[in-house]
Amino acid sequence: MARRSPLRPPGFDELGLKRALADRMLPSLVAAMAFLAALALAGWVGAAALARHWEQGAGAALTVQVPQPADPAAAGGGSRQDAVLALLRAAPGVAQARALSGAELDALLRPWLGAGPGRRALALPGVIAVRLAAPPPDPPALAALHARLAQAAPGTLMEQQGVWIDRLLALVRSLQASAGAALLVVVAVAAAVIAVATRAGLAARREAIEIVHGLGATDGYIAGRFAARATLLAAAGGVAGGLAALPVLLALAHLAAPFAAGGDAGPAGSAARSLGGTMGGIASGLPPALWLLLPGLPLAAAAIGFLTAQVTVRRWLRQLP
Amino acid sequence: MVRFEAVGMHYGPGSGPDVLHDISFQVPEGGFRWLLGPSGAGKTSLLRLLTLAARPSRGRLEVLGTDIGAAPRRALPELRRRIGMVFQDFRLLDHLSAFDNVALPLRLAGRGEGQIRADVGEMLRWVGLAARADAQPAELSGGEQQRVAIARAVIARPSLLLADEPTGNLDDVQAERLLRLFRELNRLGTTVLVATHNEVLVARHPAQCLRLSGGHLVAAE
Repeated sequence: MARRSPLRPPGFDELGLKRALADRMLPSLVAAMAFLAALALAGWVGAAALARHWEQGAGAALTVQVPQPADPAAAGGGSRQDAVLALLRAAPGVAQARALSGAELDALLRPWLGAGPGRRALALPGVIAVRLAAPPPDPPALAALHARLAQAAPGTLMEQQGVWIDRLLALVRSLQASAGAALLVVVAVAAAVIAVATRAGLAARREAIEIVHGLGATDGYIAGRFAARATLLAAAGGVAGGLAALPVLLALAHLAAPFAAGGDAGPAGSAARSLGGTMGGIASGLPPALWLLLPGLPLAAAAIGFLTAQVTVRRWLRQLP
Repeated sequence: MVRFEAVGMHYGPGSGPDVLHDISFQVPEGGFRWLLGPSGAGKTSLLRLLTLAARPSRGRLEVLGTDIGAAPRRALPELRRRIGMVFQDFRLLDHLSAFDNVALPLRLAGRGEGQIRADVGEMLRWVGLAARADAQPAELSGGEQQRVAIARAVIARPSLLLADEPTGNLDDVQAERLLRLFRELNRLGTTVLVATHNEVLVARHPAQCLRLSGGHLVAAE
């Protein structure tokens, strides 16, 4: 009979649910759950952005050192460094390979060796900065590239920043998984809270339910009345929790902004800039993904309220003939 | 049409003590029966079976053409809407006004508010409670509550009307009016069963009697 409910005068509360499912306790608890869910969502979105940044940025950089760069190469006419550069530029998966100039090397080494002429006496390797294409080549492909470089110029070293990036990525991914798990737990607790409140409402209004049931109300009608009330209260809690989380999330985004915007140099620069936009300072606000997900909180709370109340009430009603 | 065939009943799951034993009788469509017997004889249990508040543990029970023991649960609500019941303890919803209590069966049946307003207003006038339409049950006397319960039971023109001590809180004049209402509905085709201790009323309105004792049907005269 639920589909005929528009005929019921507005506010008609035959089961007395306005008192049985009170308008303070349930929304407050759901608001707390929505607050936690907003934090977990922010953690998930933030960790995902960091992972993306590291994969596309620092993870895509490579340093190659060529000892005795000016010596003739094993084959061909050029120097060892030229041979390595040529191999790198021809290799698939390499977006850019650039030998650092003497001035750049001086700048790099000045903190350790000073600016004196003594440095020239040292046998310094040639240093080549490599930016890998996206997606970066897998480790076996890089190992094969390294073998070819060492063949052309024995003693060539390839320093991959990918090792510590992989470790950081593993850390970030586990953070992301934790945020996802927290989200699931929050959903489960919210459903449990609504189920307990609904059961308390059923117990409090048992007599009214039995009377209405005896007058010919269907399970769908009674469950619909409870679900409508639970949906309203849970949605209100979702709105309150989401609004309460907003200033916290903006403050977190503000804290994350300098961290995300820093290190704007080298091949990772563009990725870092895009991350700066993603993690956002207070000026640019929250990541767009969060702006899309936050309004989903009241909707999700309402859906959990509706489904939990429907299932709880229908199961309870089965004890009546 | 109500038909009992060797119906037994006990409360709860398993095999509790029987409150009704091998009850067999039938009331044709449009029939009127007094249901008599001392307290604890099983009158209320029999009425619970007829209001579909319980199902028979044994035997075959047919109410308004439906086999209650075999009917699927989802078939029962529609059947309940064709049965009116006046409970001994009224069973009014205490947070609703007299008007809303009486209107409840019509609203559950999905009637329009305009029709509900007219029908309930007329019914409340008939039971003498037009001025108390907005009062809640707690503000009404026992007799007034009983009249609200009666109005709720008959408002949807049920095919089967059941009453458990419906005159217990009414004075003689009101009891007479009530019986005349039941008789009138009966004449229009409603099957009526009234459980009562009031032998004076039975004597004044002679009809066939079902007499229960200790859960057995001892006489159908």
